[in-house]
Amino acid sequence: MSLIATLARLEAVSTGRAQPAATVRHRRLSDRPLVFVPLTTAGEAGAPLGALVGTDRDAARLLVVPQPRDRDLRFAFLAELADVVLPYLDSYARDVEAAERTETDPETGKRVKVEVELCADAPQLIVPSRAGLDFVRLLGRSMRFRRTAEQDPEAPHPAPPRVPLLGRWLTHYGERARVPGSSLLLALTDVLSRHWATGQSSLEDQHLGALLAWIDPPPPSASPEQGAPQRARTGAEAAQWAELARDDEGQLRCPPAGPATDPAFDNKLLAPAIERYDRARTAFAAAEDAVQADDRLAALSAAEQHVRDLVESRVRPTWDAVWQGLDLLRALPEGAHVEERWTRDRWSFTGHRDRVLAGEPPQPRRDDAVTAANKLATREREQSRLEAQEALDDPLVMAGRRLAGEAFAGEVTDAVMAYSEGRRPSPRPLVTVRTDDRPHLAERAKVYRSLGGKPQAAEFVGYEGAPEDGVLVLRIVDKMGRGKEPEPGSVPEKGDAVCFTLFEHEQRGGAKLPDPEETPWTHGGPPGEAVPEAPDTVTVEDVL
Amino acid sequence: MDKAALADRLGAPSGFGQSQFALTRGNAFEAKVKADGGAELLRLVHSRLDPGAEPPAKASVPDLSAHGPEGRTARTALALREAVDAGGWTLLDHPMLALDVAGSLAFLEPDAVVVHPDGSWTVVEIKSFPMLDGSADPAKVGAAARQSAVYVLALEDVAARLDPAPRVRHRVLLVCPRDFSNLPTASAVDVRKQRAVTARQLARLTRVEDIAGTLPEGTCFAPDRPAEELTAAVESVPAAYAPECLSACELAFHCRGRSRADGAVTSLGRPLRAELGGLSTVEDVLSAARGESGDPDDPAVAALRRAAALRAEALAQAAGREVADPCH
Repeated sequence: MSLIATLARLEAVSTGRAQPAATVRHRRLSDRPLVFVPLTTAGEAGAPLGALVGTDRDAARLLVVPQPRDRDLRFAFLAELADVVLPYLDSYARDVEAAERTETDPETGKRVKVEVELCADAPQLIVPSRAGLDFVRLLGRSMRFRRTAEQDPEAPHPAPPRVPLLGRWLTHYGERARVPGSSLLLALTDVLSRHWATGQSSLEDQHLGALLAWIDPPPPSASPEQGAPQRARTGAEAAQWAELARDDEGQLRCPPAGPATDPAFDNKLLAPAIERYDRARTAFAAAEDAVQADDRLAALSAAEQHVRDLVESRVRPTWDAVWQGLDLLRALPEGAHVEERWTRDRWSFTGHRDRVLAGEPPQPRRDDAVTAANKLATREREQSRLEAQEALDDPLVMAGRRLAGEAFAGEVTDAVMAYSEGRRPSPRPLVTVRTDDRPHLAERAKVYRSLGGKPQAAEFVGYEGAPEDGVLVLRIVDKMGRGKEPEPGSVPEKGDAVCFTLFEHEQRGGAKLPDPEETPWTHGGPPGEAVPEAPDTVTVEDVL
Repeated sequence: MDKAALADRLGAPSGFGQSQFALTRGNAFEAKVKADGGAELLRLVHSRLDPGAEPPAKASVPDLSAHGPEGRTARTALALREAVDAGGWTLLDHPMLALDVAGSLAFLEPDAVVVHPDGSWTVVEIKSFPMLDGSADPAKVGAAARQSAVYVLALEDVAARLDPAPRVRHRVLLVCPRDFSNLPTASAVDVRKQRAVTARQLARLTRVEDIAGTLPEGTCFAPDRPAEELTAAVESVPAAYAPECLSACELAFHCRGRSRADGAVTSLGRPLRAELGGLSTVEDVLSAARGESGDPDDPAVAALRRAAALRAEALAQAAGREVADPCH
């Protein structure tokens, strides 16, 4: 964490309110995101207990598994989830625009431009916290190898149709969320803590309720009947209330954003309710005549409704908190480079849409060496891209880079025309800049500034006087046009305020990796013929 | 000492608790792994750690019940010795070990210890988090490794009293459910590093008697004492709160409250404390940043002022964004 971020946290402690950690929004927020607030059963490898899901804050769809150990009920949950998520994804898959992509022609080996489709917008998934991201991945993993009755009539416990497809999409979104700067799947706590510094540790920022309490504390008159104090609270007090306050029954007033539930809820409320449901179901199954069955069915639906109400009471506060967080983020203006990164997300979405349409098999359990290396390279490249773009978009981020000696801002005190030597001399003006920053400049180091959205490079010539005086001379080397005279506006003039960075603004791709067939033996050799992945073995006590 | 009860009485109850769902599932899984005289467990130990040894066709599972923790510890030590003398495979189900922690004995109960035919010992840890496609949550595996390292240390104490001292293996067996099923799978985890770290930390711990010696006469932590008295008693023991405590200690919320009241910067995280030099409270740092206190020649103070100036400049710039903006 930079010293600037540290200061922001300390100011938050002292003022009792979160302080800005960014002045623009660095992530895309869709106009119509799909919010997914899942809950799981403790101790099971992510056996879903329920979820609220939807694109409209006033029309959440509640999905509940009244007995999480029951495979059929879990499948019903997943099928319902697919009914909500897949139409949402589809609604973005149809609206396309024409785009160009360079591909290697398989016959000539030349790079050629191909006309392809690019989805005009991409669907966005929002989960409350980082644990929610992991859960999306887990759901994806558990579903994508399932077989439906149509795919394999012999399969025991066939999955409902479309469930394997949902698994592939969730896997894709879960993987994409690992790419720095992507916005297809966002964990709200991560995004909020990117933009605000609270007066608590980053560990405590993982609690959505506590995080929001710092950023947007509830007004003093908020719901007195729920026991909220009357006077204005500091962020610290409100956060502590969100973390710890319990009602008379010992239940948290602000339930955790999940997917895990509070043990007190499990033990005191949920376990008895599930037990009641089990008893009602057994009784219903043992009913001997129609009248008895009717009565017992009523008891069964009452028991199920009770579990549903309990689950809803836990997810609803988080659902509201997520929308509150989205409102806060929407109030920030979007950073200039966010659109460009979102276009990459659209490519990612379109690419997966095409793979599904082409009938490709689900993502393998383990990536082969080339795919894994490519993923890693992409993440590294996107990380540097993100760091550069965030600094260019946001003076507060740039301030951190200036403090670290990776950028400097100052005023042009002199600009002298000079020319390169050679047959056709080109303009190489010398610009003197006075700065209070302390950049770590090596001899002939390259520095860059943004000129109309494009990076202009300059070379560090040397200091005028002692380095401590902060007067340095730069030689501008490009973006001045083809003529002998630089194009107007392309060379800073005396009195101009300028900001140069020591890092590049645009990332070059790394060395090209070999084709999968050429994988060297050090990395396991060529992957060989692709074998379809076998579905997971089905056992009596599966949890997903 | 019951720290959870103490925390309740101090008005800062701990958030710990275990869901009965997790408990049921954990117990069911452990029972399944150990079923049938531990046949499945021994098969896993054999295949993952000691494939060269004879297959564990029949193993002895000695009865370790005894009166009180001391009795069970003695019984465990005896069973270990007998198992080494007898040769062959032996499974010790829930043995009890004792470890000297800062001068007082702590009793530990590993899930299982296996004695190999060559006389060496292996710690087995059974966890209910899944191993998905051969890998498990690294944070949970790390916690399990640290826990097992403590058992390894305690076992080494027992081994050292035997002649010749049997080898305690530094690779423990972590048993987890496979994928989404309840079927066990296992992986050998090398705990040499965790063992070394724990051993070093244990050696450096201040002795409990020394801490007790500094307390005022009559300090008592019994939860039935009045709350004020308890608060004073807890106050008399120095604590260095950091956010990591929240996931480990029942008293963490109490200490956090104290730490925040003192304005300690460590309550925001240890790394943050590290970059602030000698400044340890929020007000110290902020007033140094504002230029109201602190030595400008101190590099930490100079860096703070520089950071504060840059931050103010950037925020002002963002506030008047329409003004000409060279960087953006």
